[in-house]
Amino acid sequence: MTQPEDAPVPTRPGPAEVFAYAPAPESRAVVDLRSSYGLFVDGRFVDAVGGGSFKTVNPATEEVLAEVAEGTAEDVDLAVAAARRAQTRVWSRMPGRERAKYLFRIARILQERSRELAVLESLDNGKPIRESRDVDVPLAAQWFFYYAGWADKLEHAGFGAAPQPLGVAGQVIPWNFPLLMLSWKVAPALACGNTVVLKPAETTPLTALLFAEICRQADLPPGVVNIVTGAGETGRAVVAHPDVDKVAFTGSTEVGRQIARTVAGTRKRVTLELGGKAANIVFDDAPVDQAVEGVVNGIFFNQGHVCCAGSRLLVQESVAEDVLARLKRRMGTLRVGDPLDKNTDVGAINSATQLARIRELSEVGEAEGAERWSPSCTLPAHGYWFPPTVFTGVSQAHRIAREEIFGPVLSVLTFRTPAEAVEKANNTPYGLSAGIWSDKGSRILWVVDRLRAGVVWANTFNQFDPTSPFGGYQESGYGREGGRHGLEAYLR
Amino acid sequence: MATSRPTYADAVTQTVAPTTPLPARLDDATSSDATLRRFLHGLPGVDQVGAEARAATLGTRSIKTTAKAFGLDLAIRMVDLTTLEGQDTPGKVRALCAKAMRPDPLDPGCPETAAVCVYPDLVATARQALGDSGVHVASVATAFPSGRAALDVKLADVRHAVADGADEVDMVIDRGAFLSGRYLRVLEEVVAVREACARPDGSRAHLKVILETGELATYDNVRRASWLAMLAGADFIKTSTGKVQPAATLPVTMVMVEAVRDFRDATGATVGVKPAGGIRTSKDALKYLVMVNEVAGPDWLDPDLFRFGASSLLNDLLMQRTKMATGRYTGPDYVTLD
Amino acid sequence: MTPPETGRLDVRKTYKLYVGGAFPRSESGRSYPVHDAKGRFLANAAHASRKDARDAVQAARKAFPGWSTRTPYNRGQVVYRVAEVLEGRRAQLAEEVQHGEGLSRRQAETAVDAAVDRLVWYAGWADKLAQVVGGTNPVAGPYFTFSVPEPTGVVAVLAPQGSSLLGLVSVLAPVVVTGNTAVVAASADRPLPAVTLAEVLATSDVPGGVVNLLTGSLADTAPTLASHMDVNAVDLTGLAGDPEEATRLEQLAAENLKRVLRPPDAEPDWTTGPGLDRMTRFLETKTVWHPVGV
Repeated sequence: MTQPEDAPVPTRPGPAEVFAYAPAPESRAVVDLRSSYGLFVDGRFVDAVGGGSFKTVNPATEEVLAEVAEGTAEDVDLAVAAARRAQTRVWSRMPGRERAKYLFRIARILQERSRELAVLESLDNGKPIRESRDVDVPLAAQWFFYYAGWADKLEHAGFGAAPQPLGVAGQVIPWNFPLLMLSWKVAPALACGNTVVLKPAETTPLTALLFAEICRQADLPPGVVNIVTGAGETGRAVVAHPDVDKVAFTGSTEVGRQIARTVAGTRKRVTLELGGKAANIVFDDAPVDQAVEGVVNGIFFNQGHVCCAGSRLLVQESVAEDVLARLKRRMGTLRVGDPLDKNTDVGAINSATQLARIRELSEVGEAEGAERWSPSCTLPAHGYWFPPTVFTGVSQAHRIAREEIFGPVLSVLTFRTPAEAVEKANNTPYGLSAGIWSDKGSRILWVVDRLRAGVVWANTFNQFDPTSPFGGYQESGYGREGGRHGLEAYLR
Repeated sequence: MATSRPTYADAVTQTVAPTTPLPARLDDATSSDATLRRFLHGLPGVDQVGAEARAATLGTRSIKTTAKAFGLDLAIRMVDLTTLEGQDTPGKVRALCAKAMRPDPLDPGCPETAAVCVYPDLVATARQALGDSGVHVASVATAFPSGRAALDVKLADVRHAVADGADEVDMVIDRGAFLSGRYLRVLEEVVAVREACARPDGSRAHLKVILETGELATYDNVRRASWLAMLAGADFIKTSTGKVQPAATLPVTMVMVEAVRDFRDATGATVGVKPAGGIRTSKDALKYLVMVNEVAGPDWLDPDLFRFGASSLLNDLLMQRTKMATGRYTGPDYVTLD
Repeated sequence: MTPPETGRLDVRKTYKLYVGGAFPRSESGRSYPVHDAKGRFLANAAHASRKDARDAVQAARKAFPGWSTRTPYNRGQVVYRVAEVLEGRRAQLAEEVQHGEGLSRRQAETAVDAAVDRLVWYAGWADKLAQVVGGTNPVAGPYFTFSVPEPTGVVAVLAPQGSSLLGLVSVLAPVVVTGNTAVVAASADRPLPAVTLAEVLATSDVPGGVVNLLTGSLADTAPTLASHMDVNAVDLTGLAGDPEEATRLEQLAAENLKRVLRPPDAEPDWTTGPGLDRMTRFLETKTVWHPVGV
């Protein structure tokens, strides 16, 4: 780690020198990791047709965790066929109250096995155990609880007197919140009477496969949930399969575009939850300590691998110096390292590919003249790591202010008036989320009204709840997940 | 109106500027009720939900092995071992002093506590018991805990405690004046008490200013009261008397720790923080230390700048300390009840 | 040409485009003949070019901030006013619909009446929809959270080819009553009622640019609109029965992730009551969070 000599940060000794927190690793023993995993099709684990497989690694150590079957187009075909059978013969015929009970059952098992899921998630993804334990897994269970309750109440949801499921949903999810994104996709689909073929991300398949086991434990009828692991080709096969009625995708805007082209002219319904470049707007009357926390949470939560991350800090010029000094001091207390250590705040970057992208854009930021700063921190020798980083002196024209970096990199811009803040916040093809920090209610609502973003957090950031619709404007995609709105994507 | 007893105005005419000169900006702030109000209400707000969430997250830190051993000993050194009961007697206070000087009679390596905290009439007893052990005598004063007495009575209370040998005085602010917006009155009273802490030799008992956060209702008020006390020259700001619920909480103490951190940034002066009341377990104490460490920085991890006002906490710290040393969980029969 | 026996030569109407509140001829200078259902010449209509489509998008974008931030009550009144003015043009529109669609006079009048009624129906939705499709979210934490519908932005509407007034009103009203601004490509063969509707819009209280109306071949305007990066959504209803072109336009629309309303297999019966779908398709849901504390 290097840092500019003149960095205006406190020079007093860091916590490590005085109150050094001893390692507090969560035990791996709770996870029963198998050496290889098959696909989950029609209620059974099977090898991929052709026998292909890929390795999934622990990004914190580069240790190979398991060999995972690589689903081919034929595997997808088998999975869709199984899903179709289950949908027409079993799941759509089952009364909603019975479907509900399966979902409640799954929710309970997710809670019961929460520790195992959290450890596995941190192993495979690199995220801190504190987050997988306190955010990902509890929210995943909550998602199933919430949508379980809808399964027998759909006629009251405002989508007609007798809403019908769409059929088979093909779902492709990203690597940043593997289990949580699975639950965002699977819970509403199943509640509405659809069956699913889900493709987890190539780098994070393990919790989805554990979820498959949980489906078996819950005695979910075979074929209702099918999980086909693989990379981009497998995902394309799911999206393009002619017998898929609904495509749900969370991931990059580029892939979202391809999907939108692929489904053009079909009858497939589509929801896309894509990228973002959210502005976190800090006004001069903000509750400044909470604002700094919100900025930190906004960009360093989950290593910044968050589509709604507050990757652009827009701070009012009159308080910019103070806010930046506080931000840097706070960044100095972030603990980067072993994801399984309960005191880790920032874990590993999910993959070598992602790390390369973050590095590349950060270098572009420097080359374009922005000033780069990171707190002094020792990064582990192995694995994929990137320190929490802030760029100051950034203008709207810089690539780091426009492109989604999807890493722990914050770009700081300033503004003078509320109108200027709104203009800069909206000056992006994305429109997923935004943050506002101010103690003045009427100003907050004025700004909320003008922001073109699907989720606006005022005096908070990165809050999620199954009752609360989430999704983007413009190139951040379409459709909403969560709440009553989330049912619409799975009903006709 | 003719009267022989000192009036509030008389008392405050004795005030002098705090010994640490304030920057001009802050000096101006204390020049009138209006400027003081403008200053205090110009401090950044505190969002309750955000502050509590941050404190809760800090509370999830896992402090184990060497870090725990370090934290337990540090916490013992920070304890103001307290008894503030109507039924207190010299015997009780002497026992407490013995405990403060040798918390674990079986382990000479066990550190002593920072101070013993008593009512003013028992200061002499404590002073005699503690001698020159290094354990300080702290005394509550100013018509503790309500503070509802005439100023001259409060000042007499303070002078008595100091004269009897108190090293530290824990005063209460006039919450009534604070809540009704008479900030200058609160400030002047703290200044007056600080003056009353003076000893004939020119030294001065350290002043801890109790905000009684449980009566201030909002974190915004806690932040304002913290600054008010610091502007008046407090050496420490303290959460509570222990007689009002809620007493010390992690988030309220965090807001005060943020205030002392920011005050040092603004003035260069370092003020201490003392949560008091309701901290009973080692686990709680460690959470406070983590919070101090990460919010204000390790400079404050020092008994001169951070204290726990507590009674039962010490025994739990001792039991955990024994567990660390022996690997066995111990029981209340193995620590002294005083 | 000899005047008729009455001695007076009738003044014919020029059918122009409607862009940004003005009635320009096509910038290309082109027009095309419009015939009635039996093939008799009715009038020349402006043949909108790609440039006209771009101008229309620009006008719609310019009008969006003002229109979308009007109070819903006000938008409802404006749309209701359109119905009032339309009612006053009943005879003219009935004649255009009658000739263009080859209906009886009575059928044409019924269609015009239904169009007026449809406007009234949608006008009433302006200040009600947010309560039906939005609301508060009972989150598990100390936060006040609510979701509100907001217009998606500039919507390109390919109006139905068959129903030249009722169909047009049925696709246009839901788009604008919710706060979007629109660029409408009218029925290519039956554009005259659309132009008259534009005149109605211009003389009611609809701000310029909120509705922009293009006549002419879809082959020129539709791909421009579907691929335009400053258009947020596209309604392909006018391509009913042309799945190949619809697919091509949907692919173009993917470039900036436009919201796409696919065309039905065949043009629907516009007299049946609409649901909310045509409004909600062009709305975004914005969710707002704020802590609750003292």
